[in-house]
Amino acid sequence: MFEDLELLRLQQYWWFIVSLLGGFFAFMMFIQGGQTLLGRLGKTEEEKNVIIASLGRKWELSFTSLVMFGGALFAAFPLFYAVSFGGAYYVWMAILFCFIIQAVSYEYRKKPDNFLGQKTYETFLYINGSLGIFLIGVALATLYTGGNFIRNDMNLSFWTTHTYGLEALINPFNLAFGLVIFFLSRVGASLYFINNLAVETIVNRAREQLKIDALLFLGFFLLVAFMLFMMSGLAYDSEGFKVVEHKFFFNLIETPILLISLLVGVGLVLYALYTALFKNSTKSVWFNGVGTIITVTTLLCLIGFNRTAIYPSLSDIDSSLTIVNSSGSHYTLTAMSYVSLMVPFVLGYIYFIWRAMDKTKITSEEIEADSHHY
Amino acid sequence: MEDALLTDWSRAQFALTAMYHWLFVPLTLGLSFIIAIMETIYVKTGNVVWKEITKFWMTLFAINFAIGLATGIIMEFEFGTNWSNYSWIVGDIFGAPLAIEGIMAFFMESTFFAVMFFGWDKVSKKMHLLSTWLVAIGSNLSALWILVANGWMQNPVGMVFNVDTARFEMESFWDVLFNPNAYSKFLHTIGSGYVMGSLFVVGISAWYLLKGRDVVKAKKSIVVGATFGLITSIFLIVSGDESAHEVALHQPTKLAAMEGLYDGHTRAGIVAVGQLNSEKEIGDKKEPFIWEIEIPYALSFLGFHNTDAFVAGINDLVYGNKEQGIESAKSKIEKGKVAIEALRSYKEAKKSGDIAKAKTALETFRANEPYFGYGYLSDEKEIIPPVALTFYSFHIMVGFGLWFLMLFFFVLYFAMVNRLDGKKMLLRLAVFSIPLGYIAGEAGWIVAEVGRQPWAIQDMLPVGMATSNVSVTAVQTTFWLFAIIFTLLMIAEIKIILKQIKLGMEGH
Ligand code: HDD
Ligand code: HEM
Ligand code: HEM
Repeated sequence: MFEDLELLRLQQYWWFIVSLLGGFFAFMMFIQGGQTLLGRLGKTEEEKNVIIASLGRKWELSFTSLVMFGGALFAAFPLFYAVSFGGAYYVWMAILFCFIIQAVSYEYRKKPDNFLGQKTYETFLYINGSLGIFLIGVALATLYTGGNFIRNDMNLSFWTTHTYGLEALINPFNLAFGLVIFFLSRVGASLYFINNLAVETIVNRAREQLKIDALLFLGFFLLVAFMLFMMSGLAYDSEGFKVVEHKFFFNLIETPILLISLLVGVGLVLYALYTALFKNSTKSVWFNGVGTIITVTTLLCLIGFNRTAIYPSLSDIDSSLTIVNSSGSHYTLTAMSYVSLMVPFVLGYIYFIWRAMDKTKITSEEIEADSHHY
Repeated sequence: MEDALLTDWSRAQFALTAMYHWLFVPLTLGLSFIIAIMETIYVKTGNVVWKEITKFWMTLFAINFAIGLATGIIMEFEFGTNWSNYSWIVGDIFGAPLAIEGIMAFFMESTFFAVMFFGWDKVSKKMHLLSTWLVAIGSNLSALWILVANGWMQNPVGMVFNVDTARFEMESFWDVLFNPNAYSKFLHTIGSGYVMGSLFVVGISAWYLLKGRDVVKAKKSIVVGATFGLITSIFLIVSGDESAHEVALHQPTKLAAMEGLYDGHTRAGIVAVGQLNSEKEIGDKKEPFIWEIEIPYALSFLGFHNTDAFVAGINDLVYGNKEQGIESAKSKIEKGKVAIEALRSYKEAKKSGDIAKAKTALETFRANEPYFGYGYLSDEKEIIPPVALTFYSFHIMVGFGLWFLMLFFFVLYFAMVNRLDGKKMLLRLAVFSIPLGYIAGEAGWIVAEVGRQPWAIQDMLPVGMATSNVSVTAVQTTFWLFAIIFTLLMIAEIKIILKQIKLGMEGH
C-alpha cells in the first residue's frame, strides 16, 4: 500500500507523524509541569508524596515520547537529525542532561541511603520541568527561525558559530516559544491533578495555581501567534529558496485543514480552561490534552507543508532543509510507514491500561499503604 | 591533528556512555525474566512467600531500571550530536531499527512497568503476571532492535550507495533484520544479560545465607537463579561460539586481534592463556607472545567450524597473502582513493551537465565501490585494531564464562541436595562473582567495538569520517559532564541497592 505512494507523499506522511509525536509529547509534558509545582501545591511531606506518586506512575511515558520523537526524526529525516543535533550541540546536550537527572529522581528521592539527598532529587525534577521544557521549546522554535549551519555537496554539515546552538537564546521568538511550552506544561499539570487526586488541599491549590498559569500561557501564546504570523519564512521551488513575508500565515490560509484544526485545537484548550476555572470541572484535562495534541501537531505541520523549509539556514540560504532534501529514501520511508501502523495499537493499550489503573483517584491513605511508593 | 583529536574524544565519550549504559542493561534483561518466573510460581502455587520474594527482587530491579533509562536516552541522541556525519551517511538504514525499538519496545516497557509496580491491587492477578512478562519481553525486544542496528555496523548488508545523495540507502529491510551477525549478537547479548541476572540473584542470596538471614527465601531464590543461570550459561557459550564464527567470516582483522595472531595458519590453535609481547609491531619478526598455552586446531575450528581452515593473521591482512587470495591493505586503500576521486568528478560533471563524463566517472566509482571506505585511511597498518586490549578482553570474557558455568552447576547441585549452608567458600565465591559478571560483559563489548576499529561501519566508513563537525572543546566539556553525572548517579544507585539488601527480604 505505501510502496505505491510518491516519495513526496511519504515525506508528507512522515512529517505528519513526526508532528503528531511532537503533539503527543507536548501533551505528556504535564509531567514536567507538575514537577515544577511540587513545592507550590505540596506543603506537607505527605502532600508531596501524593503528587510524586501521581506523576511518578506516568513519567516514563513522557520520557519515552521524547525518545520516540527523536527516533522518528532520525529514521524519517536523517539529514535534519544530523544537522540539528550535530550542530546545535550545546542546546541538545543541555536538554538531555535535564532528562538524565529526571530519570532517577522519582525512584531515588526517598530511598534510604540515596547519597545525594531528597532535596537534590527534587531539584533535579524542578530543573527537568523548567529548564528542560523551556529549552525544548527554544529548540522547536528554531524550526521556524532557523539555525547557523551550512552543508557541503556531500551533505555533510557544519555549524558556523562557536556557541553551537546557544545563540538561539537571543532570538525573542525562540524565548517566547519556550515560555509558552513551559506554561502550557504547568496548565496541563494543574488540570491533571484536579482530575487524578482525591486530596482536597492539593486540588484547591491547583485550581488557584491554574489561574496564574492560564493567564501567562494565554498571554505568551497570543504573543507567539502574533510573531509567527508576522514572521517571514523560506519557501522553495525548483529554482531554490526564497524569503516570503508572512509565510506561516499564508500557509495557514492556503491550507484550510490546518486552519480548521488550529481553531479546533485552540478552542478545546480554551474550553478546558473555561470549564476548569469557572465550572469546577474535573474532566477538563481531557479537552486540554486533545486540544494540545491538535494544536502542537498543527503548528509543526505548518512548517512541513506548502513548500516551506523545515529548518532554514541563517548562514547560507541554499543549505536550508526541507522535508524533500532531508528525508530517508523511498524504500525506508515505505518500510517505516508500515511500522507506523503500530502507533494506534500502542496508543490503544496505553489508554486501556491507564483507564484500568486510574479507576479510583489517588488518596493519601493509598500512597502511605503502598509498599512500593516513591 | 584537530580532526584526530575530535575523533578520539567522540569515541571516548561514546565508549563512556555506552559502557555506563551496559552496566545497567544486562540486569534489566536478566532480572526481568527471573522475576517473571518467580511471580509465575506465586500465581501457580498461591504461596505468598513467593510473592514477597518477587517483590523484593522487583524493588532492586526498579532501582537499576531507572538508571538504565538515564544512560539510555543519551545514547540515542549521541548518534546525532556526536556522529552526525554517520547519522546522515547511514541514517537511512540505521535510523529505522532505532525508531522501531522506540515504538515496539520502549512504550511496552514503560507502560507495563507501571502496572508491575503500582498495579498489585488495581488489576487482576493474571493481568499483573502478564504485565511482568511483558516488561521482560519488552526489554528483550529493545535489545533485539538495537543489536540489529549494531549487527549491521559489524556486517553491513541490504544497502546501496546512492551517489546523488552521497549516502547509503536501504535496499532490503529483511536483509538488515535477518542479518546473521545481528542474530548471533542478539542471542549472545541477551544470554549475557540472563547470566548477569542469575549471578546477581545467586550472589545476593548467597550473602543472606552467609549471614544466616532470610534463609528460606534466599534458598528459593537461589534455586531459581542457579537453574536459570546454568541453562543460560550453556546458551551463552554456544552463542559466543556462533559470534566468533560470524567474526571470522566478516571481520578477519578483529579475529586476528582477538587471538593475537600475526601469521596466519591452517589448523590454527587458540592461545588459552598468554602474555603478549608489548614490543611486537606489525611486520617485524619478534615473537608475539612472551609465554602462552595453546590449544591446537581450536581456532580454525572455533572460527570456521573446520580444523583445516586457514585463519588469516595480522600480517596477511596488512601485507596480503597471494596464496590465500588475500589482498593487501595498501591495494585496497589505493582502490578506495580511486573511488573517492571518481565520486568527486561524478559530482562535478553532474553539476556542469557533462553527461558522458559523469557516466564514466560513475562506472569507475562502481568498480571500486567496495573499497570506498579504505580510501579515507592513510596508512595500511590502520586497518588493525588495538591488539592487546582486544586480546585480553576476549580472554577475560571467555575465562569468566567458563567459570560461571561451573559456579551455577555447583551451587545448583548443593542447593538440590540441601547442603548449601555448609559450603561457605562456594557461597563467598558466588558473592564475589557478581562483579566478575559485569567485567565479562564490558569486556565483551570492548572486543566487539574496539575490535571493529578503525571502522564505524565495517569496511565502509572509518570512525574519523563519522563524527560531527563540532569543536573538540565542546566534546571534552560534555565528556566530563557525563563522567561526573553518571558516576554520581551510579554511586547513588549502588548505595541504595546495598541498603535495600541490608534491610532484608521482608516487607517489600
Ligand atoms: C557475562 C558476559 C559474557 C560472557 C561470560 C561471555 N560473553 Fe561474549 N560477549 C558478551 C558477554 C559475555 C557481550 C557483552 O554480550 C558481547 C558484546 C557484544 C556482543 O555481541 O556480545 C560479547 C561479545 C562476544 C564476541 C564478539 C562478537 C562481535 O564482535 O560481534 C565473541 C566472539 C564472544 N563474545 C564469544 C564468547 C565466548 C566464546 C564465550 C565463552 C564462554 C563468551 N563470549 C562469554
Ligand atoms: C551497551 C553496550 C555497548 C558498549 C559497552 C559499547 C562499547 C563501546 C566502546 C568501548 C566503544 C569505543 C571503541 C573505540 O573507539 O575504540 C564504542 C564505540 C561505538 N559504539 Fe559501542 N558499545 C555498545 C553498544 C553499541 C551499540 C548497540 C551500538 C550501535 C547501535 C554502538 C555503536 C557505537 C558507535 C557508533 C561507536 C563510536 C565509533 C567507534 O569508536 O567505533 N555501540 N562502543
Ligand atoms: C548504542 C546503542 C543504544 C542506544 C541508542 C540505546 C538507547 C536506549 C534508550 C533511549 C533507553 C531508554 C528507553 C526508554 O525511554 O524507555 C534505553 C534503555 C534500555 N536499553 Fe538501551 N541503548 C543502546 C544500547 C543498548 C544495548 C546494547 C542493549 C541490550 C542489549 C540495550 C537495552 C536496553 C534496555 C533493556 C533498556 C531498558 C531500560 C533499562 O535497562 O533500565 N540498550 N536504551
